[in-house]
Amino acid sequence: MFQVPNMLFALPEMLMLGMACVILLVVAFAGERGTDWVYGLSQLTLLSTAVVVVWFIGDGGLTFSDTYIKDSLSDLLKLFICIVNMLVLLYSMAYLKARKLMQGEFFVLAVFSTLGMLIMVSAYHMLTLYLGLELMSLCLYAMVAMHRDSAVATEAAMKYFILGSIASGMLLYGMSIIYGVTGSLAINEIAQAVATGSGDETILSFGIVFLVIGVGFKFGAVPFHMWLPDVYHGAPTAMTLFIAAAPKIAAFAMIIRLLAEGLIDLQHHWQDMLVMLAVLSMIIGNVVAIAQSNLKRMLAYSTISHVGFLLMGVLSGTQEGFSAALFYTLIYALMTLGAFGMILLLSRQGFEAENIDDFKGLSERQPWFALMMLILMFSMAGIPPLAGFYAKLTVIKAVIDVDLLWVALVAVVTSVIGAFYYLRVIKVMYFDKPVVEHKLEAGSAMQIMLSANALMVLGLGILPGTLMKICTIVFA
Amino acid sequence: MIVLSDYLILAALLFSLAVAGIFLNRKNIIILLMCIELMLLAVNLNFIAFSHFSGDPAGQVFVFFILTVAAAEAAIGLAILVLLFRNLSTINVSEINSLKG
Repeated sequence: MFQVPNMLFALPEMLMLGMACVILLVVAFAGERGTDWVYGLSQLTLLSTAVVVVWFIGDGGLTFSDTYIKDSLSDLLKLFICIVNMLVLLYSMAYLKARKLMQGEFFVLAVFSTLGMLIMVSAYHMLTLYLGLELMSLCLYAMVAMHRDSAVATEAAMKYFILGSIASGMLLYGMSIIYGVTGSLAINEIAQAVATGSGDETILSFGIVFLVIGVGFKFGAVPFHMWLPDVYHGAPTAMTLFIAAAPKIAAFAMIIRLLAEGLIDLQHHWQDMLVMLAVLSMIIGNVVAIAQSNLKRMLAYSTISHVGFLLMGVLSGTQEGFSAALFYTLIYALMTLGAFGMILLLSRQGFEAENIDDFKGLSERQPWFALMMLILMFSMAGIPPLAGFYAKLTVIKAVIDVDLLWVALVAVVTSVIGAFYYLRVIKVMYFDKPVVEHKLEAGSAMQIMLSANALMVLGLGILPGTLMKICTIVFA
Repeated sequence: MIVLSDYLILAALLFSLAVAGIFLNRKNIIILLMCIELMLLAVNLNFIAFSHFSGDPAGQVFVFFILTVAAAEAAIGLAILVLLFRNLSTINVSEINSLKG
């Protein structure tokens, strides 16, 4: 008997797919002239998707033959993905225009890749998860390569493509092993098969190794981080911003669905692997970032260390740990958005503000945005009362609760080391003489939103209660 | 009689060959793309073997999707390769190192 699936649960995705096709047509027929329209349409798409997500918040369940789920986790993550990507597009516009990269293709790729992220967040079956992941990744590869005449951008795209494909291959191999042992691809049936102990645990843990490697590649956790600094550095900053923010939220959903919901009963197997990834990421990320003179590379290594912190929440395997990791992911997305937004703000025609020296003396020329950058850097370093501090505190608490004190110690020590390079940016801004001119070419909308973004990091640090409560409810 | 483990060993061998090819190859990016393809095919073999021996068709359906996605992936990979060759006039892996990872 064929049952009509409950389409309402996938309404945001269907809306976005429909709009993406419309945007594609507009790009095809209007060509270069219609780019501003395409920009508006993409923003409208993201906004309406977010509205639909909020409108249907609450009830949920499985649909499409149990391959698709709508629950409070997917609602929250989808909402954040849409908001983050709206900000990304807003920040990128002036930068893209100045570099003649403001083409319709960018927005088509951005919308399709957002669709992939939404599918990943809602996937409850290995197949849907894989398809969402590939839809997102393939768009990102093309996006990095969009700056066709730049040698570094194409090189970054090639590296991203090859390592991303290896990650997909590893992930698929792990999925095939788990499929073989449990006899199912659906996350809930896998969880059931594991709980009843019908599969051989040794072979399952063999599969988990490959899953963790695949997820580690996508996150950029050490030792699978090689692509991350190169891609962040080589890609045009607008694309770097896109890659750095929302895909991490989607990757978080992936790790939760696979490990926390599908294989929670094998936690003793994947916990050790994640401990290794987390500890190495925090150490390598924070130590190597000190040696960077390029701000984009520095932020890439800082991302690696943030991934380590995020994994710390996941590896605890408790509800508190998962909500701490969720909180960390959302705060991380906001901070990254702000930090790369600042690079975009200070860049202008023929000038990339991507070296730390380019921020010298920012406080004399642009005191307000120097203050915003200060908030973001302090937050990334984890200094109270900013959001980054609270996020770090909750994940550290989560691992202490499961008696992994040494991991918590590593986290504290490495974040002290990490504070050095964040503070160096602040020192350069406030105590050095300016060497380059700081002129803002971006529109007032971007300036206001970027300020709001940084102030939100401050606000969430002072009043983290509401967001933390939401993160807790999601996993309760 | 060919049993499940024979297929699994073959797939594991192919997969290891692909991974070794990716990490040992220093000459040509096209060989890298071939290795990636081989990796996905090894996974396909795994899925089909499991699916056949357990009598569950879901694994075979998965393989169709993997094949389709692999085609799209190869298209994007080759497009990036063409760009790379236009910009650098080389597809030698060891010469593509302006970004130090």
